[in-house]
Amino acid sequence: MSAAANALGRARGGFRDGAGAWARRNLWTLGLFGLLIVFIALTKLIQPNYGAPGIQGLAISILPIAFAAVAQAIVVIAGGIDLSVGSMMALASVTSAVLMKGQDDLTAGVIVGGTLLFGLLLGGINGALIVITKVPDIVVTLAMAFVWAGVALIVLNTPGGGAAPWLMAMISGPLGSPWLPKALVVLAVVVGVVWIPLRRSTLGLSLYAVGSDPLAAFRSGVSVGRTKIIAYALTGLFSAIGGLSLTASTGIGSPVPGSYTLQSVAAIVLGGVSLAGGRGGVVGPIIAVVVLALIRTDLTFVGVNPNFSTVVQGVILIGVVMFGSMVAMRKVRP
Amino acid sequence: MNSAPDLLLDATGVAKHYGAVIALRSASLAVRPGEIHALMGANGAGKSTLVKILTGAVRPDAGEITVRGKPFAAHSPAEARRGGIVSVYQEPALIPDLDIRSNLRLTQTPPEPVRHWLAELGLPDLDLASLARDLPLASLRVIDLARALAIEPDILMLDEMTAALPANLTERVLEVVGRLRGSDRSVIFISHRMIEIAAVCDRATVLREGQTVGVVDVTHGSEERIVSLMLGDIASERPVRATAGRTATGDRRSEVVPRLTARNLAVGTKLSDVSFDLYPGEVLGVVALEGQGQDELFDILSGSERPGSGELLVDGAAVSFHHPADAIRAGLVYVPADRAEALLMQRSVRENIALPFTARIGAWGPIRVREERRRVDGAIGKLQIDTRAASEVRRLSGGNQQKVTIARWVAGGVRTMLCFDPTRGIDIGTKQQIYHLLRDLAGAGAAILLYTSELKEIQLACDRTIVIFGGRVVAEIAAADADEPTLLRAAYDLQADAPMPEDVAGAVLAEPGAAR
Repeated sequence: MSAAANALGRARGGFRDGAGAWARRNLWTLGLFGLLIVFIALTKLIQPNYGAPGIQGLAISILPIAFAAVAQAIVVIAGGIDLSVGSMMALASVTSAVLMKGQDDLTAGVIVGGTLLFGLLLGGINGALIVITKVPDIVVTLAMAFVWAGVALIVLNTPGGGAAPWLMAMISGPLGSPWLPKALVVLAVVVGVVWIPLRRSTLGLSLYAVGSDPLAAFRSGVSVGRTKIIAYALTGLFSAIGGLSLTASTGIGSPVPGSYTLQSVAAIVLGGVSLAGGRGGVVGPIIAVVVLALIRTDLTFVGVNPNFSTVVQGVILIGVVMFGSMVAMRKVRP
Repeated sequence: MNSAPDLLLDATGVAKHYGAVIALRSASLAVRPGEIHALMGANGAGKSTLVKILTGAVRPDAGEITVRGKPFAAHSPAEARRGGIVSVYQEPALIPDLDIRSNLRLTQTPPEPVRHWLAELGLPDLDLASLARDLPLASLRVIDLARALAIEPDILMLDEMTAALPANLTERVLEVVGRLRGSDRSVIFISHRMIEIAAVCDRATVLREGQTVGVVDVTHGSEERIVSLMLGDIASERPVRATAGRTATGDRRSEVVPRLTARNLAVGTKLSDVSFDLYPGEVLGVVALEGQGQDELFDILSGSERPGSGELLVDGAAVSFHHPADAIRAGLVYVPADRAEALLMQRSVRENIALPFTARIGAWGPIRVREERRRVDGAIGKLQIDTRAASEVRRLSGGNQQKVTIARWVAGGVRTMLCFDPTRGIDIGTKQQIYHLLRDLAGAGAAILLYTSELKEIQLACDRTIVIFGGRVVAEIAAADADEPTLLRAAYDLQADAPMPEDVAGAVLAEPGAAR
């Protein structure tokens, strides 16, 4: 009886401590969320007509980059990096578009599923090469970026193919309220379905463990090599989802990867994922993608030269990261 | 099987070589159920290789290992754990970016028994939600041990468990480990501290040159036998303190300008007021419990950190270091406890030793190879570094690595050396060589500041010592008076005649008890 009361008291105390600890640990993401609100306000200020249609367009345009950022975040948390994210997206995009063209809905569904498995395979190959050959991850994934990009062009050398109507309908338009774009819901659902169970599983812990301290992870009984391969495979999976979202948003497959790889790295750095591994999550990078996109639309709207807006994007990236590390340093040395 | 096996762990003929280097020739280890078994060996004896084999990090080339009569062949710590052996390593195996609860979940360890053992080990109030990276090293080691105990393995292997633990936690750890005696589980206990071996162990297996050279029942007087087995030929060698040097220093003190003077140094919350003089020709000890500001003091002296207030004088002139290079230029060189902090692990012994004096600004251009070789060879010879694996420092044993960290400064000529626990986790033979070397350097006019976590080193190597507590110098003691009880009292900032807290008294009283 009293033991139960004690346990209850401890649980309640644990909850309160837990909330504080959660806020402390997600300080970066919370700060980034504040930054997002600032930029939304700023956007409304300089584009008084910015409303539901703008948000619709924004949601669709950021979808591929958001998936790329999630893909990159997973592998970087596990202590690696993947420079072939953009190429894998292109390959997934053209493969799905070529196969889907003229197929009925059911077949298209099978093809979408197959594309996801294909992504897992591509990433798994990246990871296996890194773990087995012990060649540095940057070298392997850079080389594979060329390989996957080349294969994408072999599959389809000019933009073409098609997408199932249901796939395109899935991300265009609002869901209920005009302020809630379907693309955003898809992003939240897909990331939620994969990431939340993963984060709570031993596998998820292992990803963080391997990225944080591989030796301690090994000694804790984690199979370091296998965990790394799974991390790369998940990166491949999210790259494939990003590729599918490209196909879905344009209705065709495009074989030339955009600058998704570098944008994904920028987003995770801004999103609070440590390039040293072991720290961060996927929510921060997604918010970072939105912030970066808002910056671009605002600069375009006020008529800044698009080339100059790229410069501004870079300066903001460095500025925010520098500010963050200054705050972190202040915390360590009062 | 109809009868319980006599031995819990039985390893025979275990061998391992790396290329041409034979790490283990033929080692055996037999552990009975319910005993605490010490595994002893000097540097390069093969002890760490045998440990790696038992933890699953390395596969043996030959030999048979059984646990409870079943063959044991582990490819990873996870398999070793399934085979019945769980280890607590010298460096904690906790993931820095995960909180303690997640760390437990990672190894599928239930938290309730861990809490129980944490309470037993003196950390009842630990918050399992804290990140591992935010906890002090001593707590992490205790958590590691509590986690291993909670798993209830057949064999618990403790590798230098008490190194870097403060005295009160060491006592608790030894007490808890001692309680496992007589159960159906066993402990393999690895420590360089004879006192601990004598206090908790039943038997000791001694390795030398890759072979088991003896199994000793730990009783009165067995330390001598263990040491002689470990050291082989150099058993009779004892550290010799240059007492002549000490008196000379004492005489000269009034006329000589101190090499290094600290006046009221303070930084942050850890270091509040430290002053001392370090004279040429002396070894000045620094004694402190874990986390009393000694780390910050050495960071300031070596130029890694700037003092918040206070003054630093070298040869009577005020200095201000902005970078370790400034300190090195002023003749202050630093030997850290963590070898990895000082060495380029993937480069050769030669490059590591030569780096400090070839990396001087203004020494750009081609390296003068012949001059470099002469100085490096001189240093290698002086420190008797085993250079069989000289092409990569990380392949050297811990003791030899530590010698390289000292040699790199010796090669350039030492004026002032700051040693931060240089003998942590290395064997007796190498320790003695390091004491000799420090005395020789002091004899040649160098000034040496030596922080040590092993209190007996003060009398073995120092002329006098300062004691730091709570960021202040609380005592200065001449080596002749600096026996371990005195130092421990001072380290806890207790008056000589004041009664001691129970755990401290226990630590002191354990020594005569151990020798009995």
